Amino acid sequence: MTLFLSQLINGLHVGIIYALIALGYTMVYGIVKLINFAHGDIIMIGAYTAVITLSTLGWSAPVALLAAIALCVLFGITIERIAYKPLRSSPRISSLITAIGVSMLLQNLALLIFGAASKPFPTVLNVPPLRFSGIQISFVTVLTIVVSVLLMALLQGFVKTSRAGKAMRAASEDYKTAQLMGINVNTTITLTFAIGCALAGIGSFLYCMAYPAVSPTMGSLPGLKAFIAAVLGGIGIIPGAMLGGVVMGIAESLTKAYISTQMSDAVVYGILIIVLLVKPTGLLGKITREKV
Amino acid sequence: MLKVNQINVYYGAIHALHDISFEVKQGEIVSLIGANGAGKSTTLNAISNLLPTASGDILFMNQSIRKIPAYQLVGLGLAQVPEGRRVFSRMTVLENLEMGAYTRHEPGHISQDLELVYSHFPRLKERRKQVAGTLSGGEQQMLAMGRALMSRPKLLMMDEPSMGLSPILVQEIFTIIQQINQGGMTILLVEQNAHMALNISHRAYVLETGNVVKSGPSQELLVDADVQKAYLGT
Repeated sequence: MTLFLSQLINGLHVGIIYALIALGYTMVYGIVKLINFAHGDIIMIGAYTAVITLSTLGWSAPVALLAAIALCVLFGITIERIAYKPLRSSPRISSLITAIGVSMLLQNLALLIFGAASKPFPTVLNVPPLRFSGIQISFVTVLTIVVSVLLMALLQGFVKTSRAGKAMRAASEDYKTAQLMGINVNTTITLTFAIGCALAGIGSFLYCMAYPAVSPTMGSLPGLKAFIAAVLGGIGIIPGAMLGGVVMGIAESLTKAYISTQMSDAVVYGILIIVLLVKPTGLLGKITREKV
Repeated sequence: MLKVNQINVYYGAIHALHDISFEVKQGEIVSLIGANGAGKSTTLNAISNLLPTASGDILFMNQSIRKIPAYQLVGLGLAQVPEGRRVFSRMTVLENLEMGAYTRHEPGHISQDLELVYSHFPRLKERRKQVAGTLSGGEQQMLAMGRALMSRPKLLMMDEPSMGLSPILVQEIFTIIQQINQGGMTILLVEQNAHMALNISHRAYVLETGNVVKSGPSQELLVDADVQKAYLGT
């Protein structure tokens, strides 16, 4: 029971980071119908920013976090403007290929600048683990879960009730009609990329606190997992990304504990395949039909 | 109020609109009638700048709007009810109406207009918390019209409001269009249902394969032999 609970909490820890990253995929997909394959590499950019500001420049952790968020947002917005915006009315496959290209560009730029060897992420929090009746939980885990839940609640509130959030939902349903309402779709898309990348920036910091190694390709795996989480939950649906991330994290961690460590990815992808076979729109996806 | 001067629109190599010119005056209902593919919706989308105009000019309140991006036109007083209603189906009725008032910043006036829209469409008030995708086709048309009214437009453009609706509902919707016009709203109506459109409009233009082939007071067009033969089936 103790093992089960602590694995559940571990799974929640990874899963909620996947969820944070998955939000970037799903929000961008919702509005421009593009799988932004460069999103994983935004995590890498955030991680390098954090590592350099912390280790080389000796900045404090909160300032380093802000720097990581700022750079992620800057990169995200710039990539959208330069690489995706000119292709907005082209076939979707063009922007998809471009996204893969941007991802390779970012990885190889990092390789050129920082080299292939991974850099250690410094310990930013030195707090002893917490104990609850026999279960030991690291402080990083608690912090990650609390921060992520808070962020998701904030995001949900923003999208549901704010003027900009409603504009975002309207544009993601039908961007032409959104324009007829007076919504500047370009601004809305920029805002969407900015929010997605800010979450990825925070996600990268939390990820590095759990897996403290920063390398040019470090974004690929969490990026892929987060993408799968977004599809699992229903791509384009914000609560879906949250649910998908947590389900994946927990499945991964329980497989590692009870079946086999090597099998964990296979089980996760297996779950994805089964869910998509049974419900092609994902866990929370709905099929919308046109009414006459 | 609206003056369209010899506009040309292309879809790639296809020349969709040929030197289209027409005019809508303050307080009028003007309808554009014609068969499927005649260029009626294309004309509306060109005015809204959802489609680029290759040449010609569009004047709204004596100002050229041809180069103004679509999202800025609502603020100038030009609202469009798009073809096929295009309500935001995952948002509630109230949220849809709020999106209509997106460019406006006076909360007091917005709640007044909300009441005005509810007075035209009482059913929207009953269903304000419902997700728009669950409404019937007629209710969605009402929502699309209410949403456009929320921007307090000077000119309301409507694209095929009768599409896919039962005859009773069409009658109901057209009565409301007339009421809105009697309240002072200028309306540009695009319709395949020529009979209904001519019955409520003051003037009309007949479009055929991207050309204006006939125009005049609606009452005259209703008895015009060519129009009767081609569009009224009598």
